[in-house]
Amino acid sequence: MQAILFYLTAVVAILSAFFVMKCRNPINSALNLVTTFLCLAVFYVMLESPFMAAVQIMVYAGAIMVLIIFVIMLLNLGLTVKTRYTHGLAAGGILSVMVLFVANYFTRAGEATGTGGSVTSELIASYGHTELIGRAMFVDFLLPFEIASILLLVAIVGAVVLSKRKV
Amino acid sequence: MENLVQEAIQNVNMQAIMPSLVLCVFGMVLLMVSVFSKRGNTTHVAWLSIAALVITGFVTLSGWNNPQGGFADSVLFDNFATFFSMICIIAAGLTILMSDDYLKREGSPVGEYYPLILFTTAGAMWMASGTDLMTIFLGLEVLSISLYVLAGFFRDQTRSNEAGLKYFFLGAFSTGFLLYGVALLYGVTGTTKIQGIAAYVQANPDSAMNTMFIAGGLLLLVGFLFKIAAAPFHMWTPDVYQGAPTPITAFMSAGPKAAAFAALMRVTIVGLDGLQSELTSLFWVLAVLTMTVGNFIALSQKDLKRMLAYSSISHAGYAMVGLVAWNAVGLSAILFYMLVYTFMNMGAFAVLVLIGKKGEDNLTLDGVAGLGYKKPILGIALTIFLFSLMGLPPTAGFTAKFYIFAGAIKAGYIWLAVLGVLNSAVSLYYYLRIMVQMYFKDPEEDFAWVKINVPTAISIAISVVGVLYLGIVPGAVMNLAKLAGF
Repeated sequence: MQAILFYLTAVVAILSAFFVMKCRNPINSALNLVTTFLCLAVFYVMLESPFMAAVQIMVYAGAIMVLIIFVIMLLNLGLTVKTRYTHGLAAGGILSVMVLFVANYFTRAGEATGTGGSVTSELIASYGHTELIGRAMFVDFLLPFEIASILLLVAIVGAVVLSKRKV
Repeated sequence: MENLVQEAIQNVNMQAIMPSLVLCVFGMVLLMVSVFSKRGNTTHVAWLSIAALVITGFVTLSGWNNPQGGFADSVLFDNFATFFSMICIIAAGLTILMSDDYLKREGSPVGEYYPLILFTTAGAMWMASGTDLMTIFLGLEVLSISLYVLAGFFRDQTRSNEAGLKYFFLGAFSTGFLLYGVALLYGVTGTTKIQGIAAYVQANPDSAMNTMFIAGGLLLLVGFLFKIAAAPFHMWTPDVYQGAPTPITAFMSAGPKAAAFAALMRVTIVGLDGLQSELTSLFWVLAVLTMTVGNFIALSQKDLKRMLAYSSISHAGYAMVGLVAWNAVGLSAILFYMLVYTFMNMGAFAVLVLIGKKGEDNLTLDGVAGLGYKKPILGIALTIFLFSLMGLPPTAGFTAKFYIFAGAIKAGYIWLAVLGVLNSAVSLYYYLRIMVQMYFKDPEEDFAWVKINVPTAISIAISVVGVLYLGIVPGAVMNLAKLAGF
């Protein structure tokens, strides 16, 4: 049952990701991206992390998508984006398919297996997801979390500096 | 819940992040100051940021021999981090000194320029002191994003736009590689702490054979090698260095490069120590490739900024020789080399800042013809920096290269040292070409537009003193570099 659900979601995810690139209308691309994000949320649920699934839907499928569509509307991008065929495109495609096969080979050969982390099902059962994420954010990764705020500040300042019309 | 709060508070150690904290606070204050100051008037912001850097310098130095860790092992401000932070502070200070008049000449005095440099320096500090791959990654991002903006700072100049955009796209790509590497390493080892990765490698020596671990490690290295502009990840360097504002070019080649070296050294020497033999043979090839590519392409360059960009690539190659040696001499030599390189390279760029016209189209080999006679003091200063870049005594470039190659020979890499020395010989050609133009060509121009302003003159003077001091009496600083090793 779970395997069927996984394959169904995976097919939808890959197809919609493909159409993100394929669509000529940027709005259609953006809507396909929403579908991809929703499929990822389903994966999170299947991995027993409902909190991440909720965040995925709220932040990515919600806030970030609104931003992207906003930018598309504001910039008034032409409805169709013409793409030109180059040999680089084909070469890139062939290369990524080859990388995919290599990765697939090593995964199946059992050479690319990771080790289990410290978060186990029992731990989740006793603490709950939200507290574990909170612990990771505010105990283990407090400093990186705070640096991220400086990062956002720098990005905002940079965007303003580069885009304001008159000095 | 109570426990969690307690635990979070116990982990905090302000001492470990004090220097970067001071810089960030000053950066934010200066952002406000520049909002409330008159349009086009940025001189006071420049001097305030110099003051900020001086204060940060004292705060940083007060932590010498007093390593402070904290935040659940995600940061460790030891002597190593202090040394590299000081290099970045010096580089930022010299940059700001030469920037004010330059920005006025090019017609873009915008106050945000200086806080961005301060944030870049803070990012460099996190890279040098981070012991968690997440800290290092976010420090790298703070540094990179500020630099993207600074490289494209002149919006009305096509070349600056090109530099900013090119740096942004390629940099974003390399960030992707780095992050993917971190993810794969986390998948194998279950941790992002460098100590944890080292413990994993020690406990599972056959992990070097695990494909996922190798792929993760290599992707991680690609991210760092891009930032230090090592071949074959150097393609962005000439275009970005040529197009960016000259003080920013000088800064990029000194501060961020040193920070990337710091992160690379900590990750490889502490984290991947178990893979020493594999990594040294990889670095051997990369070091030779980087020196050779940089030096040979520099031979045919006519534009001075572009030539110095290729020279900067080759110097990254020399510094990597110390990484191949993997012994105490080689490692402290890298620290010393980065400090010396900061002085000599920033000095050379400061001279270029002074002799450039608006738009900087005259910064070519022909453009400096006769400079030595028309502006003797600038000529002598540039000569000293070029001698140092060549690696001739009594300048610091000689002692720095001497320590680097001594480390390689001590570790048994005779051929590597020979190749390095041969490369230095090749580099004589293009550095000497500049001097031939300066002293053996009749001046075509009178250099009347060159007005030596005080701050830039100070930065040149500091660089000259640094180059000569480290060249004639390198012992004291070299001892500090030895204490700063792991």
